Amino acid sequence: MARYAMVIDLESCVGCSACAAACVLENEVPPGHNRLWIRQRELGVFPELTVEYRPEQCLHCENPPCVPACPTGASYKNEDGLVLVRYERCIACGACVAACPYDARFMNPAGYVDKCTFCEHRIADGLDPACVETCPTGCRVFGDLDDPTSAVREALAKAGRIDVLRPEMGTEPKLFYLNTPSKRGLNDTEEVQQ
Amino acid sequence: MKLNRRKFLTLSAASVGAVALGGRAGAFKAPWTVPQKWYEGQVTTIYSYCENCFWKCGITVKVAGGKVRKIDGQKHNPKSRGRLCPRGQAGVAQLYDPDRLKRPLIRVEGSERSEGKYREASWDEALDYIAARMLKIKDKYGPEAIAWFGHGSGDSWFVEYLPAAWGSPNAAKPAVSVCTAPRETASQWTFGRGVGGHEPVDWENTEYIVLIGHHIGEDTHNTQLQEFAAALRRGAKLVVVDPRFSTAASKADRWLPIKPGTDTALLLAWINVLIEEGLYDREYVEKYTVGLAELAEHVKDKTPEWAASITDLPADTIRAVARELAAHAPKAVLPPGRHTVWYGSDTQRMRALYIVNALLGNYGVPGGFYLAKKPYLEKYPHPPFPLEPAAGGCSGSSGGSEEVPEGYKPRADKGKFFAKTTAIQELVEPMLSGKPYPIRGLICYGTNLFHSIPNVPRTKEALRKLDLYVAIDVLPMEHVMWADVILPECTYLERYDDLVAIAHKTPFIELRQPAVKPLWDSKPGWWIMRELAIKLGLEKFVPWKNIEEYLDTRLQAIGSSLEEMKKKGTLVQRGRPYLKDWERWHMNPFKTPSGKIELYSKTFAEHGFDPLPDYTPPMPAPTGFYRLLYGRSPVHSFAKTQNNWVLMELKPENEVWINNAEGKKLGLRQGEYVWLENDAGVREGPVRVRLTERIRNDCVYLVHGFGHKSRGLRLAFGRGASDNTLQTRYVLDKISGGAGLRNNFVKIVPNAAIPRLKRISTLARERRL
Repeated sequence: MARYAMVIDLESCVGCSACAAACVLENEVPPGHNRLWIRQRELGVFPELTVEYRPEQCLHCENPPCVPACPTGASYKNEDGLVLVRYERCIACGACVAACPYDARFMNPAGYVDKCTFCEHRIADGLDPACVETCPTGCRVFGDLDDPTSAVREALAKAGRIDVLRPEMGTEPKLFYLNTPSKRGLNDTEEVQQ
Repeated sequence: MKLNRRKFLTLSAASVGAVALGGRAGAFKAPWTVPQKWYEGQVTTIYSYCENCFWKCGITVKVAGGKVRKIDGQKHNPKSRGRLCPRGQAGVAQLYDPDRLKRPLIRVEGSERSEGKYREASWDEALDYIAARMLKIKDKYGPEAIAWFGHGSGDSWFVEYLPAAWGSPNAAKPAVSVCTAPRETASQWTFGRGVGGHEPVDWENTEYIVLIGHHIGEDTHNTQLQEFAAALRRGAKLVVVDPRFSTAASKADRWLPIKPGTDTALLLAWINVLIEEGLYDREYVEKYTVGLAELAEHVKDKTPEWAASITDLPADTIRAVARELAAHAPKAVLPPGRHTVWYGSDTQRMRALYIVNALLGNYGVPGGFYLAKKPYLEKYPHPPFPLEPAAGGCSGSSGGSEEVPEGYKPRADKGKFFAKTTAIQELVEPMLSGKPYPIRGLICYGTNLFHSIPNVPRTKEALRKLDLYVAIDVLPMEHVMWADVILPECTYLERYDDLVAIAHKTPFIELRQPAVKPLWDSKPGWWIMRELAIKLGLEKFVPWKNIEEYLDTRLQAIGSSLEEMKKKGTLVQRGRPYLKDWERWHMNPFKTPSGKIELYSKTFAEHGFDPLPDYTPPMPAPTGFYRLLYGRSPVHSFAKTQNNWVLMELKPENEVWINNAEGKKLGLRQGEYVWLENDAGVREGPVRVRLTERIRNDCVYLVHGFGHKSRGLRLAFGRGASDNTLQTRYVLDKISGGAGLRNNFVKIVPNAAIPRLKRISTLARERRL
């Protein structure tokens, strides 16, 4: 039993997308869809600038809105805190896709809803998720929140600043962003430059 | 695109209704089966090294069901350390690209080059065709009339092995004169050592980093990025000098938005402060360098105030950075960037950069530069070749011997510049002019002639004039579809290549081995080279029966074997990274004429060049034009990866970056398509506008490698703009032979039509494994 979580240090992330490519291949994500993607924000005015590269994916919320939305019980949270889909039970109704405030789910053309699993199959073998393993900057750290000696706990303890996406939703995400470059945090959309 | 939330809200209204009709939702069982994932079956792993850029990371290739499914970094490899960049990850999509060249093609008799009319041929016929014409050219003009261009790790067969055996000194790589030539030449004549393919920056120990036009994070050289990120996490300070707010700049403590082309002035001012304020490392400079007095005199008037008026940077900032550098020395470093052919005066700029490093006393010292050592490896004992390979390279030697054996001619570009390596762009001219002697044939291995060599119209004219033009490649790139004979090479995941020996802190050797059999009728480069050599009557130079024997012989000679390497992938040896390690054995690492670091270069003076670097103003932009800058996307390598669906989904096109205020002045809208037109009237695009605060108003920026024109590249075709097409002008660096490419200027021509192209995801669907 664990409470798996991921942290992404935005001070280190350069938005290279190695994680996104690794995810596509590891999980056979179909073209046109993503389990993991990267947003880029440019903030400020020349020459006082900040750029934020922010990888996004399923946050494996403690209170996942997608789970109660599922009519068949295909979406569930397992005992290790991972939010998952039993694909064979999914009827592709899309209710969970609509319920997710983070847009983290998509309809796999194979006929079921798909999303980041934190590479459940790799964790089972004691490996890190594919995105964490490949990240050249090492900005991603994965581990068990309940284990005080885990790398995740260590990273959280050392971080200057910790943010989660849309905390007002009460979802209690288990994907934490460390050291957000913008002083106004992650969710400030006003600064976003299209 | 993702099916978004709003779309699903509409969709789900219908499907939720259906569920309600079905009644007990919990008991619902899907009528379909969920496809098995690749990792659920049996997976075998093979060690090799990556080819999706030049960095050569060790990889672990996972094969399931006879197909390559996933590529990871090799954990024990000093380059990858278990991690890979997006391009390395996406190699699978290149292997199974349906657009690949599948069998040898011969241009249809009577058709023109560029028409793209081909017939299929057998390997035997194609190689006979080539050999007959090569021998004819040799009879009439001599062996030097065949030029050899190569890029990629398989190029060793085609720019080193075969040309040297055949007797042509005209072998070249774009990796030299349109990339690293200035930094290598400058390093050679300052430190007496090249930089090499893996920049020997001691990231692990450094405390203060100054990057000048060096785009770490956008050029995802895996190891470098790992060490850079780790250094910043450790608290190292970062200064980025760049007209553009690059990714690296976004991580910096200071960004210096310098006026393009004025970097040498900035470096000279730093030298001035270090000397005038007595901040340089006296002990180091006295012990290891020559020419301080001349240097001090030379930079006396190059004050920060002088530089401020040139660089558009505040004098206080310039002075502050110099002092900070000194405060952290010798754990302060100014790494050389990679692509250094900017303005034509680049060897001198790189000399200035190295001199700053030397004054900080960081060369061969922890926190500065370590001294890279080549691993011990023996050559295959073939009979001596008539010539020495002359191509050089970012990781190769700095060129062949200057002595030309009797009966052979010197390189066709000899005399145009000082360095010993061949300049690829200078070999195009003799194809047109026949001077100093004619080049009548070209063997082109993996070098995209229309995306790497400046002045594409000239290249095309030259290709039209040749008696023979052969392209060896994996994909139908635009220049490939001009060749007389096209030879399809298999990808790096399907072949052996020669061993690579990486000069490093811990020198190592890597093996490339096939993970799967070649698809279609494609063949490995070594096989193509060997068969061609035999048909050319050069069989005595290829005494090995097959590649396994060749590799095994080389490995046995160093106490290993092919069998061992297949299991290990990487063989790591011991290095000698710091000056103290050399001095313990009374060895001198500085192979300069004086045996010391040459702040003042007597050799340069003797050859009529400035012995001390001076600032040369760059060519000014004509009114209404912007200087065209270019760089990299982290998900693409050169012009090689734009047909890879995984990467194209991440970055499907490039945009032209234009300063926000400047763009508004021009009436441009965010995301609109425009043409770019250079001052010679060459038009390129259409390309999207990216209005941004992240660039100065006197330049625009493109990511290199887009704007493919070959219809055979179904994903890459027509997306974005090619910087190389707009680079019709270059200024030759008379020292290194580098082609200074930042002397091209463009204006924005608005109202271009939106290109009508299928979505990448639609095109990619058929490419799914």
